[in-house]
Amino acid sequence: MTMIRVENLKKSFGNLEVIKDMSTVVEEKEVICVIGPSGSGKSTFLRCLNRLEEITGGHVYIENVDITDPKVDINQIRQDVGMVFQQFNLFPHKSVLENVVLAPMKVKKSDRKASEQKAYELLDKVGLREKAKAYPGELSGGQKQRVAIARALAMDPKIMLFDEPTSALDPEMVGDVLDVMKQLAREGMTMVVVTHEMGFAAEMGDRVLFIDGGYIVEENVPKELFGNPQHERTKAFLSKVL
Amino acid sequence: MQRAGVRCIFLCKGDRCMDTIVNAFPYLMEGLQVTLYIFAIAIVFGFLIGLVVALFRLAPLKILNWIAKIFVDAIRGTPFIVQLFFIYFGLNSLDFISLDSTTAGIVTVAINAGAYFSEIIRAGIQSIDKGQTEAARSLGLNSTQNMRYVILPQAFRRMLPTITNQAIISLKDTSLLSVIGVADLTQEGRIQASATFDAFNVYLILGIIYFVIIYLLSMLASFVERKFVLR
Repeated sequence: MTMIRVENLKKSFGNLEVIKDMSTVVEEKEVICVIGPSGSGKSTFLRCLNRLEEITGGHVYIENVDITDPKVDINQIRQDVGMVFQQFNLFPHKSVLENVVLAPMKVKKSDRKASEQKAYELLDKVGLREKAKAYPGELSGGQKQRVAIARALAMDPKIMLFDEPTSALDPEMVGDVLDVMKQLAREGMTMVVVTHEMGFAAEMGDRVLFIDGGYIVEENVPKELFGNPQHERTKAFLSKVL
Repeated sequence: MQRAGVRCIFLCKGDRCMDTIVNAFPYLMEGLQVTLYIFAIAIVFGFLIGLVVALFRLAPLKILNWIAKIFVDAIRGTPFIVQLFFIYFGLNSLDFISLDSTTAGIVTVAINAGAYFSEIIRAGIQSIDKGQTEAARSLGLNSTQNMRYVILPQAFRRMLPTITNQAIISLKDTSLLSVIGVADLTQEGRIQASATFDAFNVYLILGIIYFVIIYLLSMLASFVERKFVLR
């Protein structure tokens, strides 16, 4: 089943055309890794997938619903599309547990007991059950990011978007977060991951998209894209980062 | 001579200062009650006005932005006493409006504080990192839920010192209501100053009372601030 279909996506900020023309398809249970130089539009591409950025042109379908249609209930769509940010964006005034139960309780109207039970299961999964009563300010970066993943999973999303989830972390924290993401991928979550972790992309990606200058320059299985890049720009980028 | 007993407690019979205190104090306390009553009502309504105007100012609808901006500019750009005269004398000159001086006073203080509060609240909301809204919205919260559960609770903690500051200014502004005859603390002070022929001591005491009330108010505010400090 097709989870995400992007057709001729365009996005401009004022006169600045960040995404010129992008089309791709993400199937169920696929893990798509998005790589590319900074400023190439990869984060913007990801943020268009749940309409965190208003889309300038083209179409984005989530499970065959066109989210660029102004009549669509975007809040309903977003419940199925979890997102994890580079800067974690935990709610600092709420404990870890409250961060995780907020959306299920307020958006899905599930009761506190069920929400908390689910939250504890998810915190177990990311290895942070003992931090349930702690506040975000008391956690390390890696712990914050794992809480952010648990918070997104609490809505039972069908798709997870990761926007450079390890870029703001100290090197020794990166592994813990990647392990959680790998586990999630193995469980069959559909994932789109913008990342600079080429190791992760090579190991976990079903496909890798190389984005540059507002276009998807090259799109292939990791072995081919990393081992036998077709485009000059891909080669130039990979020679710098690998 | 029901105050004779009180006078004995101070053990300074005949002393002019003590005479003044003893004679004027009960009236000043009555005035203080009126001041606190007006302040309490006006500050609550002022805050609600401020919240609504701030949300208007930040709303996606241009017309609401304009209404909010014109309101704030009008209030900020005119003296408090002119606003008071307009509401008490100006509006009362219309056939279909009749406000007593206390109500007119409460309305003026509330509207005046509301304009300043709205700017404080707007700045507070805008000071919260955009990532907070993005995280909330990406979880499926709508914009009202985002405001209510994510943005405002954080913003209020940041605003508290400035809100306290404006509340203190508004409390002091209530003293101007004496001009339209509200029997507040300052009005009682003026009456007692002429009744006792001791303006020096009456106004000194008046100042001390305002000081003590405002000091208590700031202590309460810093207590609340410590209690809700951002972790």
